[in-house]
Amino acid sequence: MSGAPYDVARVRADFPILATQVRGKRLAFLDTAASSQRPLAVLEAVDHYERTSHANVHRGVYQLSQKATDAFEGARERVRRFLNASSTREIIFTRGTTESINLVAQSWGRRLGPGDEILITWMEHHANIVPWQMLCERSGATLKVAPITLRGELDLEAFEALISPRTKLVACTQIANALGTVLPLERMIAAAKRVGALTLVDGAQAVSHQRVDLRALDCDFYAFSSHKLYGPTGLGVLYARESVLREMPPWQGGGDMILTVSFTRTTYAELPYRFEAGTPHIAGAVGLAAAMDYLDGLGLERVQQHEQALLARATRALRAIPGLRIIGEAAHKAGVISFVLENVHPHDLGTILDDEGVAIRTGHHCAMPVMEFFDVPATARASFGCYSDDADVDQLVAALGRAREVFG
Amino acid sequence: MDLKDLYRDVILDHNKQPRNFGRLDPCDTSADGNNPLCGDRLTVTLRIAGGRVSDIRFEGKGCAISTASASLMTEAVKGLDAAQIHALHARVHGMLTEHGDALPPTDLGKLAALAGVREYPARVKCASLCWHTLDAALAHAADAPGAATVSTE
Repeated sequence: MSGAPYDVARVRADFPILATQVRGKRLAFLDTAASSQRPLAVLEAVDHYERTSHANVHRGVYQLSQKATDAFEGARERVRRFLNASSTREIIFTRGTTESINLVAQSWGRRLGPGDEILITWMEHHANIVPWQMLCERSGATLKVAPITLRGELDLEAFEALISPRTKLVACTQIANALGTVLPLERMIAAAKRVGALTLVDGAQAVSHQRVDLRALDCDFYAFSSHKLYGPTGLGVLYARESVLREMPPWQGGGDMILTVSFTRTTYAELPYRFEAGTPHIAGAVGLAAAMDYLDGLGLERVQQHEQALLARATRALRAIPGLRIIGEAAHKAGVISFVLENVHPHDLGTILDDEGVAIRTGHHCAMPVMEFFDVPATARASFGCYSDDADVDQLVAALGRAREVFG
Repeated sequence: MDLKDLYRDVILDHNKQPRNFGRLDPCDTSADGNNPLCGDRLTVTLRIAGGRVSDIRFEGKGCAISTASASLMTEAVKGLDAAQIHALHARVHGMLTEHGDALPPTDLGKLAALAGVREYPARVKCASLCWHTLDAALAHAADAPGAATVSTE
């Protein structure tokens, strides 16, 4: 399998939506960093579950409820295996990366007080900024931000200088969503460990583009969303190291997270259920497990190689366009290219490209500090997935030529 | 639907060379507008004499649609009072959002160049930001002179 060339045409055939025409033109979907599309295997797994196995989980003694519970808990085990986590007790289902990070901020964050510090980087998504700002407001802790360089890389020396015994948590992205930068997590996590700080990794942009081995990475928290991993929306995962999780108070109260309830005293369920109040997104979990099967079937290493080749091709082609400036030129990048075109606002670019069937993201990418740093109001961003191909890149380049024509 | 219908020559011209660009200092009222979704920001400054807009300028960063719309607006509202501006805003809003109206608006003058926006719902906010900002500045002038802020989100 690993010897065979990566057959992107076959991969594309697995994604029904890619046959869509936009304004009579072939769809070049280049916005996978915002949300990936779903392969048939995921659509069918969700459909099959809904048709044959749905009931509420962890409740009924009847057969259907047991089937649903098995499917849901099977998905949890699938996630554990995909990430190489130690135990399913460390895998909490949430609504998405954003909720995963908020869970940590609201539960673990209760131990913080004045004098404590949280360290993030300048290239975080708002989801890894705002929950910490809110926590600092509540607790009196201080938010520190490690600077970046003009190439869009972390200033590692400045980062290490900001770490001190006051640092209680380092929260950083694995791949910066607006720039594509791959962060040097190994060194960052090692630096955090030296001062006894915990580490949270926002893996939203990484988990479907490179192999993530949590036991090797050795972070304390890892958050990601299903819909960026070819799975359904409305579902995410928080991995949390069991020893850390045991010390954390529950955050949302309700059904499913309790052992016993009386008006004088409620006791909480075991891990991980204590952190999953209410009926979960069962079908979503089933779909996510199918997406992980699908991705492992393709081979994540091969997908990564394929996306790197596209990145190289697109970077070469975009650099050749006069007046085009790539924002974020880190040495180590994932399949994301942010750019601006002289005299054409990214928003206008988005509309003109759409007219050519090219779907890209334009705007601040929920990373306004990054936009401010590079002194641009917004950028256009093309991003790749397992189904992206050379024709997508060519269509993008041709459409940029059209934008030049319109704006002269 | 044709892209040329959105990016008409008038729009491209006003984007490249926005009229009444800059800031009036002193001014009688002003407001900041921003569209957080796309990062458009603009400031409108006004002078008012005898209840009418005697001068108006705008400045900021935005896409071609938002820049051209603001430029066209500053030309259209000079000499009008608040009630006339509100009425004009309502007609522009109708042109930007209402479908099934095959006839091009005849009474909107150069503002009619923005009619193509209605086919691009995601861009309506770009074209209307300046009008909301002007509304905020006028409302503010009615209360107390100074600066107001408005957002299209």
